[in-house]
Amino acid sequence: MVYENPDGIRIGLEVHVQLNKLNTKLFCGCSTDYHDSEPNTHVCPICLGLPGSLPVLNERAVEFAIKIGLALNCSIVEQTQFHRKNYYYPDLPKNFQTTQYDYPIAAEGKIIIEGEDGEHNVGITRAHIEEDPARLQHMGTIDKSKGTLINYNRSGMTLIEIVSEPDMRSPKEARRYLEKLRSILDYLGVFDGDLEGAMKADANVSVFWGERVEIKNISSFKGVERALLYEIMRQKNQIRRGGEIVMETRHFDEARGVTISMRTKEDEQDYRYFPEPDLVPMRVADWVPKVRETLPELPDAKRARFMEEYSLGETHARALTTEIKVANFFEEVAKKVDPKDAAVWVSDILKGELNYRELSIDAFTVEDMVAVVELVTANKITEKSAVDVIRTVLDDGGKPQEIVEKKGLLKVEDDIVATAVDEAIAENPEAVADYLGGKEKSLNFIVGKVMQKTKGRADAREAREKVLAKLNE
Amino acid sequence: MAAWTDISGIKQKIADSSAEEVTASYIETIGKSKINGFTTMWDEAINVAREIDSEGHEGPLAGVPIAIKENISTKGLSTTCSSKILQGYVPPYDAHVIERLREAGAVILGKTNMDEFAMGTSTESSYYGPTLNPWDMDRVPGGSSGGSAAVVAAGEVPVSLGSDTGGSVRCPAAYCGVVGLKPTYGCISRYGLISYANSLEQIGPLATNVADIATIMDVVAGYDSRDSTSINRENTYSDALKDDVNGLKIGVPEEYFGEGIDEKVEKAVWDAISKFEDMGATYEKVSMPHTKYALASYYIIAMSEASSNLARFDGTRYGYRAEGENWHVMASRTRAQGFGEEVKRRILLGTYALSAGYHDKYYLKALKVRTLVKQDFDRALDNVDVLMAPTMPAPAFKIGEKIDDPLSLYLADVNTVPINLAGVPSISVPCGFSGDMPVGLQIIGKHFDENAIIKAAYSFEQNTDHHTRRPPEVA
Repeated sequence: MVYENPDGIRIGLEVHVQLNKLNTKLFCGCSTDYHDSEPNTHVCPICLGLPGSLPVLNERAVEFAIKIGLALNCSIVEQTQFHRKNYYYPDLPKNFQTTQYDYPIAAEGKIIIEGEDGEHNVGITRAHIEEDPARLQHMGTIDKSKGTLINYNRSGMTLIEIVSEPDMRSPKEARRYLEKLRSILDYLGVFDGDLEGAMKADANVSVFWGERVEIKNISSFKGVERALLYEIMRQKNQIRRGGEIVMETRHFDEARGVTISMRTKEDEQDYRYFPEPDLVPMRVADWVPKVRETLPELPDAKRARFMEEYSLGETHARALTTEIKVANFFEEVAKKVDPKDAAVWVSDILKGELNYRELSIDAFTVEDMVAVVELVTANKITEKSAVDVIRTVLDDGGKPQEIVEKKGLLKVEDDIVATAVDEAIAENPEAVADYLGGKEKSLNFIVGKVMQKTKGRADAREAREKVLAKLNE
Repeated sequence: MAAWTDISGIKQKIADSSAEEVTASYIETIGKSKINGFTTMWDEAINVAREIDSEGHEGPLAGVPIAIKENISTKGLSTTCSSKILQGYVPPYDAHVIERLREAGAVILGKTNMDEFAMGTSTESSYYGPTLNPWDMDRVPGGSSGGSAAVVAAGEVPVSLGSDTGGSVRCPAAYCGVVGLKPTYGCISRYGLISYANSLEQIGPLATNVADIATIMDVVAGYDSRDSTSINRENTYSDALKDDVNGLKIGVPEEYFGEGIDEKVEKAVWDAISKFEDMGATYEKVSMPHTKYALASYYIIAMSEASSNLARFDGTRYGYRAEGENWHVMASRTRAQGFGEEVKRRILLGTYALSAGYHDKYYLKALKVRTLVKQDFDRALDNVDVLMAPTMPAPAFKIGEKIDDPLSLYLADVNTVPINLAGVPSISVPCGFSGDMPVGLQIIGKHFDENAIIKAAYSFEQNTDHHTRRPPEVA
């Protein structure tokens, strides 16, 4: 099947990723661990842009960027080159942003996503390094604000801007792209996606192969999909009414789910880029082989291996390899129990329970997972009880074995059921006679007696089968 | 005004009396100053001197007073670039050179006047008013480090630091009859120097004699990891203090004696070159054909960088702030009211030169010319050891004479800016007079060959007496 893309949709994404796993900021020694700190406590003359301060490039940040570039199948630049992007804004302490311009650290790569018609390549135009601005906090709403506070803790954090080709053909593909990108970054260990401001996206979209419109200020993956759905509908309606699409930048109003025009192409700012004189080019071509060695197995490769090594289906393999922690968790469990059982219990059950509670895989231990899977596969507890055990561990704590005992979830032994069946048949000759005489309903009565005798711990279906077998002897 | 005393003389005085007494006597002299060279005095200076007396100090500059240009960050001491926009700004950190000076035991007396943001050749554009030339108080001291040169010439301090983006140490050194060095780009850390044009400027010392220049260089030069353009290279500058130019090959670039050169300046420089011949050196004329484009290239690059460097002064975090109903209005009013005319002119021209559609025509072209100018120096210095030329084509002009004619002011920099484009070192030493005003001889060297030009300058000083003449009121 080939996806026809009937509306001629082209979507490109610009994603800003904050490398919050670096210890220090991009151009100074300030700590990046500010998320729980008082405002303006992680600052120095450099990230405050004080007169006379000079930037010094964080080599580890460059290493991370190269790692990202390689993971996105990009070619890496020979030497670093930084430019100044000049514009005035209160969150910029120097009123210019130090960024990369015509020599981005990485260029011409690709990401494979699960597209509308199976595997689909999305080209990566470039990935470049730049500094994060400070954070503005308006007192009250933005239009009726009494004032604005500036928190420079974020100022000078390392950002990687990853720009894609307009290769996505639907909002769904855009979301898949973002999920895949996040998955790769997660594997690389370069960022913690759960921290505030870790990942932000701008989208550009066109319909019927026409002019593109840029959408700014989208703060979540869901937001990207919603903004694009709205914007595609708007553009199509505009054209249907005989209107034209103009190249412009629009702002996404998350609350109302609509995009609003900010500026047209004519008002585009001139950033007056020029090479940053305070940073000398640094040759990094020789770093590449070494950084390549540190690349972990990436999601696509891991998924293929899981299918091969553990005989998993594609759906399970994909679900288990999205997050590196989940993949590692699964592999640990799979060492102890049948990998297929592990896949079912981790991917289908545990992940669902975790998502429902907005918990990460860290909330459950490998040991407990192994215990639960072993209990089920040894036929000691029912599947329903196993789910109950997982929920109890997550909600109230405790070990699976204890919970099973405390709640009396152990399945009763076969001989107890057999005895109960014998007794029930012997004690109810009328019902037996009725059943043998063709009254099907009488069977339910006998099975009910068995359940009574086993205090409901027998599996009802199992009890029924055993009664039937006995009566048909 | 006090007599000129060199560093070794100061040290003798400290040994005979105390650092406190020496510091106090300079402060007293400065108190009577008529030249407006200092902008802010450091009230801790006397305490630092006292501490050196009581606790002793082994540093090479223990107790030696020094003055610092207004654009070099000093922790706890106002650093304003002589601009209204930085009024009230007190840096929370020391520039690299200040750290080095403090470690060496120097006593910082205060900050010296300059053209606003180092943009000028006369020190007339300062928010604090012009500094006067000690040789003739109707004349400018040169710029932009006019305060740093004038206070040394006036005997208000033995040594000072300035900064040189396009001649800002050498020009006032020449106009005030003192010695000034612009080191090789990357020789001294710029950490803490408030940028005007980052790719061109260096901090440089000013003194009454060459030996003191070498002493200061030994303290302030050297690698600093906080400045990515700083070069890791060891050198002892005072090793070059030898009276020996035997066999020295001098190149004399014809282009530096061009149109508009003052006859007496030309004569003084040629006399100096003859003197070098007498001392055992030889000279040959060299050609540096791209010199005529250097000025245009310099101003485009400097203004482009400045337009970005000075963007941060918006009233948000420090310095002067105007009122405004929102940030953009506040920031533009702050800049409209806080910057002087020349600074605004350069920001506007630099912004223009970097704008889409003009970027290639001006900025990129200027960079290409810069490469050609560099190649001129490489070629010329391939065959000779040093180059010699007039520092300034004419002696100090009258205050007010050129301030309304920016182009004629820019033209005065014609012999100094090529050196900054090339990044090579250059020292200006007194070599005579035009009337009553001093004339400076510029000795230019190869990259990081400061020792060659220090040695030549030192030998010249040992064999001449130009540097012994004092401004009338100092004598």
